Amino acid sequence: MADLSNNLAGIRSPNPFWLASAPPTNSGYQVMRAFEAGWGGAVWKTLGDPIVNVTSRFAALNWKQNRVIGLNNIELITDRPLDENLKEIRECKKAYPDRAIIGSLMEVPVREKWHELVKAVQDAGVDGFELNFGCPHGMSERGMGSAVGQQPDLIEMVTSYAVEAAELPVIVKLTPNITDIRHCARAAARGGAAAVSMINTINSLIGVDLETWNPIPHVDGKSSHGGYCGPAVKPIALNMVNECARDAEVPIPISGIGGISNWQDAVEFFLLGATNVQVCTAVMHHGFSIVEDMIDGLNNYLDARGMKSASELIGAAQNRVTTWENLNLNYKIVAEIDQETCIHCSKCYIACEDAAHQCIDRNVVDGTAILVVDADHCVGCNLCMMVCPVEDCITMAEIDTGLPPESWKQRSATLVS
Amino acid sequence: MATLPQLGEPIHKPLTDLEIRLEANRCLYCYDAPCMRACPTHIDVASFIGKIATGNLKGSARVILEANPMGASCARVCPTEELCEGACVYEKDDTPIRIGDLQRYAIDHVMKSGIDLFEPGKPTGKRVAIVGGGPAGLSAARDLRLFGHAVTIFEAHDELNGLNTYGIVPFRLAYDVALWEAQQVVNLGVDVKTKTRVGVDVSFDSLLKDFDAMVVACGMGNVPKLGIPGENLPGVWDALDFIERAKLGKSVANLGKHVAVIGAGNTAIDALTCSKRLGAERVTMYYRRGEEQMTAYEFEYEFAKQEGIEFRFFCAPTKIVGETHVAAVEFVRTEIPKGAAKPAPIPVPGSAFVEKVDTVIRAIGQSRLNDVFKAAGIETDGGVVKVDDELRTTRKGVWAAGDCIFAKGMREAMVVEAAEQGKVAARSVSAFLGVSR
Ligand SMILES: Cc1cc2nc3c(=O)[nH]c(=O)nc-3n(C[C@H](O)[C@H](O)[C@H](O)COP(=O)(O)OP(=O)(O)OC[C@H]3O[C@@H](n4cnc5c(N)ncnc54)[C@H](O)[C@@H]3O)c2cc1C
Ligand SMILES: Cc1cc2nc3c(=O)[nH]c(=O)nc-3n(C[C@H](O)[C@H](O)[C@H](O)COP(=O)(O)O)c2cc1C
Ligand code: SF4
Repeated sequence: MADLSNNLAGIRSPNPFWLASAPPTNSGYQVMRAFEAGWGGAVWKTLGDPIVNVTSRFAALNWKQNRVIGLNNIELITDRPLDENLKEIRECKKAYPDRAIIGSLMEVPVREKWHELVKAVQDAGVDGFELNFGCPHGMSERGMGSAVGQQPDLIEMVTSYAVEAAELPVIVKLTPNITDIRHCARAAARGGAAAVSMINTINSLIGVDLETWNPIPHVDGKSSHGGYCGPAVKPIALNMVNECARDAEVPIPISGIGGISNWQDAVEFFLLGATNVQVCTAVMHHGFSIVEDMIDGLNNYLDARGMKSASELIGAAQNRVTTWENLNLNYKIVAEIDQETCIHCSKCYIACEDAAHQCIDRNVVDGTAILVVDADHCVGCNLCMMVCPVEDCITMAEIDTGLPPESWKQRSATLVS
Repeated sequence: MATLPQLGEPIHKPLTDLEIRLEANRCLYCYDAPCMRACPTHIDVASFIGKIATGNLKGSARVILEANPMGASCARVCPTEELCEGACVYEKDDTPIRIGDLQRYAIDHVMKSGIDLFEPGKPTGKRVAIVGGGPAGLSAARDLRLFGHAVTIFEAHDELNGLNTYGIVPFRLAYDVALWEAQQVVNLGVDVKTKTRVGVDVSFDSLLKDFDAMVVACGMGNVPKLGIPGENLPGVWDALDFIERAKLGKSVANLGKHVAVIGAGNTAIDALTCSKRLGAERVTMYYRRGEEQMTAYEFEYEFAKQEGIEFRFFCAPTKIVGETHVAAVEFVRTEIPKGAAKPAPIPVPGSAFVEKVDTVIRAIGQSRLNDVFKAAGIETDGGVVKVDDELRTTRKGVWAAGDCIFAKGMREAMVVEAAEQGKVAARSVSAFLGVSR
């Protein structure tokens, strides 16, 4: 059994799997059930002045047979009184002292108000704070959430308000609805944040009902943009986490959020720079029990690789991501189709023929399409491998070009001189 | 190990990686899933399929085997249509998740990679004797070892795993899979005494002196005689002996042109299909009741039809005829009197007919091991060992599990039931010995 214990800026938890601030952490009842199931920590549903919610609130992007590959919501922060939430936080902490409970906070950008909220939540026995500068709908119209998170100077200022009153680590949760998240993360660090978490949800609209022309989801025939999350957002979140992890001006740990559904997703976040991860949509889809396989799968993965601790994964591959100009122009791969496992669907053929470089030869022999790559013309773009429905049927083989590695940066430097 | 005959194509081929991926991702992972409830051992099906989907095959196999030590054979021999797959929420649309095949995939992974999944519990100093090393005995042994008790299995046969090893046709369950499965239990530190028939080679009473508790898991006996003249002629087989010899690659002599199988349960189906695959030209099932009363599962019946088996209903053998070998069988037509509650077929007067037959295989159920139970000093009810809901027999310190407590009812005896009963007995034995989980 590998060591899965986690330490995010001094906040300790028995494993790196936290629940994100969202419906699964709405109440003490739910957080208790989550801890019972094995979750290492929970970021409480954002606390602040209770709001009024609308119905309906969520809608999903389904794709063919797959339900909820993306989820859009127009829910606001907690709709329950602060006192009630704090009482339940106390109870949860008492029942599960080894788990991390994080108070997620939202408030108007006024120093005294922040001090008041931080102190009240601190008294309930949380292990840290997360400032919600990310909620992209509703709250932002009232000058909170992403209205703060989209302006680095406001991020820095409001973070410092919270840090002034906090005796515990402050995490700043960032919105992805910006052009370059590093500016926001740097501002949080300047403001005194102990860590950043990302991403909150992405501005989105799921669709329109073709019968009624109602937007989806709708509230009495109308809608407003919502926040998008779930498996579909993972690539966006991974990139943002990695950009911040590699940024010298963001010298603080990162809690990765966005589309994490299983241990494999989590390992990717760790490798690219996240210290732990938070999950919302996958729990909304399958319930708390998914954490069992997250723990089991991560443990088996570490054991199989002979690794002692999950923390060895953190950032282990983060610097393999760089800027385009540093990539080796002399690296060459070509596609190879395994004739044994090929099911002759010709998906690779038509993809290459119509959308790549016309280098898959297709010969119909006795009614069966035989597909062979023309290695001389293959540019190694991966498209055929991506569309092939059979795992490992199309592989990309390395070709020795005999040339030394050379990046665009190096080549353009020689061209200029 | 010498390769044993497989007798043709396996009934179920393993799914390809592609099929597995599609199937694992198609599962809805229902909450409190009906498949889990339908499995007698309550394997958390949604969990093990979810783990296949995340590539956690080791974890997947652990979930299966934790609930069912006989997970490898069950993946191949369980009538899943009647169990988990029959309960799948997709069953209504005739596209249940292929749970048995997914289970097999996960277990095959540990079989191939040689991963050890379990460790024995802390030694308790208590000793348990198990009589019979079939599925029920092995399952009990596995869990008793996890509790930390010392376990000795006494097995009459040469190898462990009972009917899994010797009774289930190789194209359904291969010999080496049955042995691998038994070996996983033995690897936990189980003492095994094969070729030892309790009651003959060693007495029950002496074992009960040496051990703190005993689980009787001796299964059932041979196929009873038909009780008609000519039964001792060469060419007349007990279905179980017949299948065993065929599975071990031993000679079953010349089956001739026409094989007659008497009976209509799953054992009859196995004897029928086995004969066909051994090369008999015509293989016919004779049954004294009608198609509706057959105890073989629907899919088994279908399978037999596909294999080219012929079926004769409402006829009973009255005499086996032959000089030095079976040559023919005399039958009489039967009918079921109208209005009878539990309809017993009666002969139709003057309806006798003769069939030219070269081999007769009787498959009319299994006898009960009454001598064994008598020697063990445990009470039975019509040959079925009497147990309470913790599977305690009437003798203190003695439990029973598996086919020996199987009372004829709606279902046929199943490996998975034997496995579950082994677990239940182990839990109760362990509580008796002062160790609970
Ligand atoms: C032909 C056939 C096909 C079947 N097909 C299927 C199927 O497809 N699917 C399914 O689920 N089930 C099937 N079954 C039923 C299944 O095999 C049994 O339900 C299961 O094996 C019962 O397990 P058990 O451990 O109780 O008994 P057994 O498997 O019979 O094991 C009992 C063991 O005890 C040993 N023994 C007996 N007496 C003594 C003694 N005095 N001392 C020491 N050892 C002793 C025997 O040698 C044997 O190894 C089939 C049965 C038969 C006969
Ligand atoms: C219905 C809903 C409500 C949410 N409410 C909050 C909230 O109150 N505070 C917050 O910080 N994030 C909130 N989020 C965002 C999530 O915490 C998380 O950042 C986002 O869903 C991405 O993770 P996921 O892909 O695992 O769902 C909410 C998300 C959803 C779907
Ligand atoms: S999940 Fe369904 S039942 Fe529950 S609150 Fe939402 S709409 Fe109502």
